[in-house]
Amino acid sequence: MSILVGRETRLVVQGITGREGGFHAAASRAYGTNLVAGVTPGKGGQTALDGAVPVFDTVTDAVRETGANTSLIFVPAAGAPDAVMEAADAGIATIFCITEGIPALDMIAAVEVVRAHGARLIGPNCPGATSPGRAKVGIIPGDIHREGRVGMVSRSGTLTYEAVQAMTDAGLGQSTCVGIGGDPIIGTTFLDVLQLFAADDETDAIVLIGEIGGASEEAAAAWAGEHLRDVPKVAFIAGRTAPEGKRMGHAGAIISGGAGTAASKVEALEAAGFRVAGSPTELPGLLRDAGYRG
Amino acid sequence: MKLHEADAKSLLLAQGLPVPAWEVAHTAAEVRSAAERFLAAGPVGGKVVIKAQVLIGGRGKAGGVKLAGSPDEAEVIASQILGMDIKGMTVRKVLVGPAADIVKEYYLSAVLDRAERKILLMGSAEGGVEIETVAEEHPEAIVRRHADPLLGLLPFQARELAFAMGLGAHLKAAVAIAQGLVTTMRHYDADLVEINPLAIILESEPGGTPVERLVCLDAKITLDDSALGRHPGLEDLRDPDEEAPEDKEAREAGLTFIKLDGTIGCMVNGAGLAMTTMDLVKRAGGEPANFLDIGGGARADKVAHAMRLILADPKVNAILVNIFGGITRGDEVARGLIEARAQQTRDVPMVVRIVGTNAAEAAVLLEEARFQTASSLDDAAAKAVAASRSEGTPA
Repeated sequence: MSILVGRETRLVVQGITGREGGFHAAASRAYGTNLVAGVTPGKGGQTALDGAVPVFDTVTDAVRETGANTSLIFVPAAGAPDAVMEAADAGIATIFCITEGIPALDMIAAVEVVRAHGARLIGPNCPGATSPGRAKVGIIPGDIHREGRVGMVSRSGTLTYEAVQAMTDAGLGQSTCVGIGGDPIIGTTFLDVLQLFAADDETDAIVLIGEIGGASEEAAAAWAGEHLRDVPKVAFIAGRTAPEGKRMGHAGAIISGGAGTAASKVEALEAAGFRVAGSPTELPGLLRDAGYRG
Repeated sequence: MKLHEADAKSLLLAQGLPVPAWEVAHTAAEVRSAAERFLAAGPVGGKVVIKAQVLIGGRGKAGGVKLAGSPDEAEVIASQILGMDIKGMTVRKVLVGPAADIVKEYYLSAVLDRAERKILLMGSAEGGVEIETVAEEHPEAIVRRHADPLLGLLPFQARELAFAMGLGAHLKAAVAIAQGLVTTMRHYDADLVEINPLAIILESEPGGTPVERLVCLDAKITLDDSALGRHPGLEDLRDPDEEAPEDKEAREAGLTFIKLDGTIGCMVNGAGLAMTTMDLVKRAGGEPANFLDIGGGARADKVAHAMRLILADPKVNAILVNIFGGITRGDEVARGLIEARAQQTRDVPMVVRIVGTNAAEAAVLLEEARFQTASSLDDAAAKAVAASRSEGTPA
């Protein structure tokens, strides 16, 4: 099956006529994703990607005309929370928000609206998700993947690419790679993604890429220790050398009041049966050590 | 962005919260005249408080908070506190106000709860001490309530909080303050609004007996950097003395730069990868000189700018460039590095790793320009550490 994105994905890109939106919509389509629509208010009736994709004024129009079920958002920060809520209201089931720099309190309201509609939001400030060989929704470079049965989840962007590349180089393919985003308020957590992987019959092993700040790695570890006991699982945590009280680029990557340290996360993950790598390049070897034969 | 106590109090006051009077003073003479004004009003207890304004906790323990009973004494104390070093920060201004006659201290804060994705109110009857200490020693003493994600803190929620904190006798004031914290947070896009202590104090009524009042005695506010753009007035509250010149330069250039103590300068695209690069430098036996994220899609001029920032640190004796191209194009970064090296005033060994988008084009450019390159991240870190060692520590 893979998770979140796959052959059943019918994608609408919100902000498709922008520079980033157009570029990544084209890359997602070239990867084989079923891109059915774009949305830019005021440009309804036009087409994007050299006539290949119809553009609508509203997400509701796009859903009605094309049956879109997944949205990818490149709308600038000031309008992105509204775009998320518009997608949820239009009946989109899975919403990816790539936009970075959205005020945290805006996302509290947007996450609540998404929840009330029974939709799922991934991000914001995330690179999206790829199910290799099936669909790519977001900005993760398509050519670093290999088809396989390892589920990967990460809070980061380029660090995700680094880890995926290391897996692919070692011959370990992926079922789905998900970037959940580096902001303090995000729609889908590590724990949510682990639960999806646990229920996926095509995922046999887990790679978790965390970083300092918050306690979502710890929460995911606690659940995995109980429910994924026999699943080979490895992790990497960025920020072992990060000083306290400084935001390390990502709005959510900060150690405050002694909480959110790399040490605390590593300890929780190891207690739950994860093998924790000292470098992303060690992940494939550790996964083999953990008994993964894929 | 962290705010000084005095600025935080101004925001609370603007939202209608009860905050005792204060003045900000930059010299001992200003403190003296402020003390004269407050003492003339005849505060209960007959003293003024002088508090160092620095963006770091633990001012009291460091001797940055003192009482004075006369303008003379206030001037002497001010001359001691102004210019004082508190955990590496120089005190450049103080807050002066009537010393409160405290009956009881409480704690109240509004923070972002990442796990619940809501605003969390935390209250405690154990005020005046750090909440982390209370959480560790008496976790049961902390009362928690989440604000409604769409509506804010509702009156019944504020009442529950007030009663649970033992503030039933001051219910109306406590409810107004609790709701005011959330209003303040939402109005200014704050990450944190903390009142510690929230206190019942004795205030003298004109000509009458002292009365009890619930007030915000101290205030700490941290603003969401992502929202500063829509609050142009708040940017003025940024303390230029508290921001290192290189941090300011980086911020204005759209780079994320955090200076550290080591010798190996790091230039990376992406925050997670930048942290990882620092970690691997450390693991290979070196010390990173900085965190630097050039962001997605950086062009050559941004790369050159980043290089100038790194080289401005005299301790830097080696540089590690690690780029995983996605949106960012490797050849653009390579051009920026070549441009930067042509301009730079001192020669520092550099190890460059560029993979991903346009890595092949980048490799040709780097080869022509005779840069030292590395294939893997671990290899790059090892080479940078070796280069730093052979350079030795500059005098």
